[in-house]
Amino acid sequence: MSRVEFMQGNVACAEGALAAGCRFFGGYPITPSTEIAETMARRLPKAGGVFISMEDELASIAAVIGAAWTGVRAMTATSGPGFSLMMENIGYAAMTETPCVIVNIQRGGPSTGQPTRAAQGDMLQCRFGSHGDYSIIAITPNSVQEMFDLTVKAFDLADRFRVPTFLMADEIVGHMRERVTIPDTVEITRSGPLAGGSLPFEAGDDGVPGFAPFGTGRSVHVTGLTHDERGYPDTTDPEAHDKLVRRLVAKVESARREIADYEITNPDAETVFVTYGPPSRTVEQVMRDRPDESIGHLRLRVVWPFPEFALQEFRNARVFLMPELNMGQMVREVQRHVDQPVISIAKIGGELHTPAELVRALEAHR
Amino acid sequence: MRHEVRFSGYGGQGIILSAVILGRAAALYDDKYAVQTQVYGPEARGGASMGQVVIDDAQILYPEVTDPDIYVIMSQQGFEKYGVRAREDAAMLLDADLVRSRPICRYCEVPATAEAKGPLGREIVANIVMIGALSTATGVVSREAIERAVLDSVPKGTENLNIKALKRGFELGERACNL
Repeated sequence: MSRVEFMQGNVACAEGALAAGCRFFGGYPITPSTEIAETMARRLPKAGGVFISMEDELASIAAVIGAAWTGVRAMTATSGPGFSLMMENIGYAAMTETPCVIVNIQRGGPSTGQPTRAAQGDMLQCRFGSHGDYSIIAITPNSVQEMFDLTVKAFDLADRFRVPTFLMADEIVGHMRERVTIPDTVEITRSGPLAGGSLPFEAGDDGVPGFAPFGTGRSVHVTGLTHDERGYPDTTDPEAHDKLVRRLVAKVESARREIADYEITNPDAETVFVTYGPPSRTVEQVMRDRPDESIGHLRLRVVWPFPEFALQEFRNARVFLMPELNMGQMVREVQRHVDQPVISIAKIGGELHTPAELVRALEAHR
Repeated sequence: MRHEVRFSGYGGQGIILSAVILGRAAALYDDKYAVQTQVYGPEARGGASMGQVVIDDAQILYPEVTDPDIYVIMSQQGFEKYGVRAREDAAMLLDADLVRSRPICRYCEVPATAEAKGPLGREIVANIVMIGALSTATGVVSREAIERAVLDSVPKGTENLNIKALKRGFELGERACNL
């Protein structure tokens, strides 16, 4: 059974989190993400969960990490300025392999920028914003239904890889209302347990250690310092650091094909749009209005780890066009994986590319 | 066929709610697709408020309203900010007592606020009168669908008043409008 509703994207995100079993939210409300916190504040206590309105975003992400180590699914939601404040502890979550979900309803930046307008300006920050080498997973919904579905998926990926996972949405999908189908139950996959004979940070072939949250009978030391498989600090041995950090990156990057989620239209096309989030809907509109097999589309639902192999599926591509709501961020990732020209169709100011703008870009570059 | 409907008035009239009700009616009860968006900003409080809905038989890809074919305008400032550029073949419903200007496109004067204050006894249902008139004047949404969406959207205990307001709107849209 399921129910069909006409719902706002932010509310659908919160519903997705609840359906996925999220039982902790720590956050500090910020436009345009506030409805997620509001919905979680209303719903979590009735679902046996905990909502804490934290004093700021540094504390919010810290509380989420703590909650995750008690074994519950935990999340926070924010936007640009709050996201910047979370960066230090996002690195801590990566280093401690804490499964958690961070929702960023992106707005115009830098600084407080455009609180009520849409942007995709934090796509590199979510990948590289904390110090040091690490890897994360980032997902980009383009509809209210995907705000639900991909929030569920974010929790599963966070657990599967023990890694902070980002739902990189924006003001457009956060605030729009559309029909959404909410199933009564969703299938979820939790982290594998820590095997009896394994050390707390001892990983198998996939690079992901089993998870033994506090209170499950294992003694686990959790630290942001470089640590050995027991979890104890080992901060001067070059080999210990090399082994740990390379594993943290490899467990995500080597699973790119497993994590990848994208759609390909017209793989034989010569002119290929590459999109994520709402600009994908403008491209789909253009392609429906003027059917043309020489125009292709790669639409990414997972942007990090970047699925460079998806670009190779366009064997006849002569040029890639990349509309983004920023001054050109993911376009750099595309450029470094292909030999063809990659054109950035950058738009800032808060409004989605119109079909007419993309038709003009097509005509200029094909 | 794709319709783009824009509502504007002043903060407090239920402009955004009107757009949500229309979207809900089309998406849940008329078996169509709908996307509702709105302008967010501090200036919406007491100032010009705006909400809009795309309705289509086919899946809606590009979700924004760029060139509305239907307008519902409930304040002079709303007209000036969001209605004055209506294209010639658009259709506009306007609350005659609150909007002084008249557009170049076809329009219909609906005394929604006067009806709500007078016969209905509560000014707060003026927006519901207006969406009733929108339904019968334009056919963009069916009477049955908008009625169910109104019932989904209004507080418990106010159903009778709101349905009365909606039905008054149906009559006004039918009688007074020739769009």
